[in-house]
Amino acid sequence: MILHAILTVAAVTVSSLAVAVFPRSVLAFLLFQGSLLFVYLARIPTWLRATLLGVALLVLMPLIGAYNGYYLEVATQVGIFVALALGLNIVVGLAGLLDLGYVAFFAVGAYTWAIFGSPHANVIFGGGFPLDPVWFYVFLLFGLLVAAGTGILLGLPVLRLHGDYLAIVTLGFGEVIRVLANNLDKPVNITNGPKGITPIERPPTLLGVSYGEYFYFLVLLIVGVVILVNRRLEDSHVGRAWEAIREDELAARAMGVPLVRMKLLAFACGASFAGIMGVVFSAKQVFINPESFTFLESIGVLAMVILGGMGSIPGAVLGATAVTVLNLQVLKGLSLWLNELKNAEVIVLGYNLANLPTQFEPAKYERMIFGMILVLMMIFRPQGILPARRRQRELAELATPNPRHVVATPP
Amino acid sequence: MLDWPLLIGILPQVVLDGIILGFMYALIALGYTMVYGVLEFINFAHSEIFIVGAFVGVEIMLGLKSAGLLEALPWPLILLLVLAAGMAASGALAVVAERVAYRPLRGAPRLIPLISAIGISFFLQDFIRLVESLWRNAFNLVYPTIEPLNHRFELTTTIDVSVKALVVIAAALGMLWLLHALVNRTRVGTAIRAVAEDQAAASLMGINVNRIISLTFLIGGAMGGAAGVLFGVQYGLINPYTGFIPGLKAFTAAVLGGIGNIPGAMLGGLVLGLLEAFAASYLSLLTGGAFGAEYKDIFAFSMLILILIFRPRGLLGEVVRERA
Repeated sequence: MILHAILTVAAVTVSSLAVAVFPRSVLAFLLFQGSLLFVYLARIPTWLRATLLGVALLVLMPLIGAYNGYYLEVATQVGIFVALALGLNIVVGLAGLLDLGYVAFFAVGAYTWAIFGSPHANVIFGGGFPLDPVWFYVFLLFGLLVAAGTGILLGLPVLRLHGDYLAIVTLGFGEVIRVLANNLDKPVNITNGPKGITPIERPPTLLGVSYGEYFYFLVLLIVGVVILVNRRLEDSHVGRAWEAIREDELAARAMGVPLVRMKLLAFACGASFAGIMGVVFSAKQVFINPESFTFLESIGVLAMVILGGMGSIPGAVLGATAVTVLNLQVLKGLSLWLNELKNAEVIVLGYNLANLPTQFEPAKYERMIFGMILVLMMIFRPQGILPARRRQRELAELATPNPRHVVATPP
Repeated sequence: MLDWPLLIGILPQVVLDGIILGFMYALIALGYTMVYGVLEFINFAHSEIFIVGAFVGVEIMLGLKSAGLLEALPWPLILLLVLAAGMAASGALAVVAERVAYRPLRGAPRLIPLISAIGISFFLQDFIRLVESLWRNAFNLVYPTIEPLNHRFELTTTIDVSVKALVVIAAALGMLWLLHALVNRTRVGTAIRAVAEDQAAASLMGINVNRIISLTFLIGGAMGGAAGVLFGVQYGLINPYTGFIPGLKAFTAAVLGGIGNIPGAMLGGLVLGLLEAFAASYLSLLTGGAFGAEYKDIFAFSMLILILIFRPRGLLGEVVRERA
């Protein structure tokens, strides 16, 4: 225990120093992130864990951001995806409703602020826009509500569907939202089509911090609230009802779980997290277009939930962090490194790297990564890296063969 | 108000386009429906198995072109060769995907193989891109034109039909007839139907269930591959991500016809193809340009949602059993 305590403190200190000394090294920043995971997993007293994580996230991370602003951007992106993964985790992990169009809710939140927080709304309403940037805070709530409403709107017609049919319909719904965003520039120009909306207002920052730091802290705050809400929900009667629905809908109904209300609540809750982050996202990016809300993003968020472990809150956080960092840092780093090697005409095994085709770029193979995560996790560790306890037991039960399911095969 | 002569004048062309599209969907939908019939599982990667057929086809045609054989050989021979290769590649790929990613998950909760299939689908998209990037340094490929195929017969001044379209329709009809004969007239077909009916009982009757499942993937994949080649010949441009939307629509067609039902898939494909062609041509004319052809995808997906809600068994399907 004491050894662990010393090790964790050392790990955080050394890795943050490493980032300070080598601000451009991706490896150093990965080390810093790894040390946070170590703090979470190590056997140390709760107060020490809380202090270390608090110091790292509230003090060290902004400091690192001062050395290299890109890392703060990465951390903010991670936070946004953590909230998305936690939202999808409610729908998929807890309630067992596979939603393949989740990013649609993110889009709804983003467009809510983008339309009213930019001069674009003048096209629809005549004049008086953009709204005063202070409205941003109202729209955080408003975006959340609109997304939750959209969630219920999607939930209502699909209540009767199960499993894979539900998955396909949500996929279709996600595509419908994207196509609408792409084409609703006529007859009334609502979304400005593929050109997207810009410039989107940002709220005034407090205490003179930079926008990088401002959005980092805002996202951190929202993620904190989301985690809190998630943990309270999980142990409430609502969370138990969701899990009952996931395990056996018929039995749950027999036990008096109100299926309709609980399923709609799951869709609404999951959607609301995406909605609020959508508002933040549109303000942070200043520009949004439908390209940010494709099926690829939905599957990316799903991969995060699966990687961490369906139904597990720490799992969703870890999954979102790992996948985002992989995309933003490891793959991009690999691309840059390969380009340097190409320019230097390095020869590997008698092959001149300068002859590599120009179209070959590791950064472009997100889908391959997501795909491999999904397949490998399903085959080798369906409960995820940090599994929820109940889920783990359930899958272990299935692994012991049930004589009724064995199909005799001739020799 | 409405320009009736124009609306009626384009009707035959719209129907023709719809039929071509419909046969394409029907061929792809067969892969979904056969696998669903046997395993009650949506093979999400089927859209990529379909586009792999198109890529194998374009590679062979480009190879023939650079060898100067594209003009020298008679075009039916080229087409047969390309179709056979595309079918073989897609069929083999479907079998491998089943072996690697689906078979270990048989008996797991229902969402797990579906997620694995989504993973395979995404993996394949970028894998095709990777291979083509390394091999050709391009992944948007265009089918080389075969001149005689582009010849158009003018039926009237406004309606014409190309040799290509006729070939696509004939090939699709041939495939569908072959499949129908295979499933209904041969011993293997009987075994496939038996496994779809009841795996345990089929295996007690001495049928090797795993072999039949592999065979189902092989046949479904081959049909997808054929559709891929025909898609390439008809529309020309392909890239690794092209398969996704036609795949989704073919799935819609399979559900429309009643998933698990082979004639249903053919019917569903044709109906969806026709509806989509109508939507693409008439939406903009009927709404005065407010909603254009780009809404045809929404049209197809909304239809999927409506069918699933109001008639989940589709046009020809049986009652969908509920599995715990």
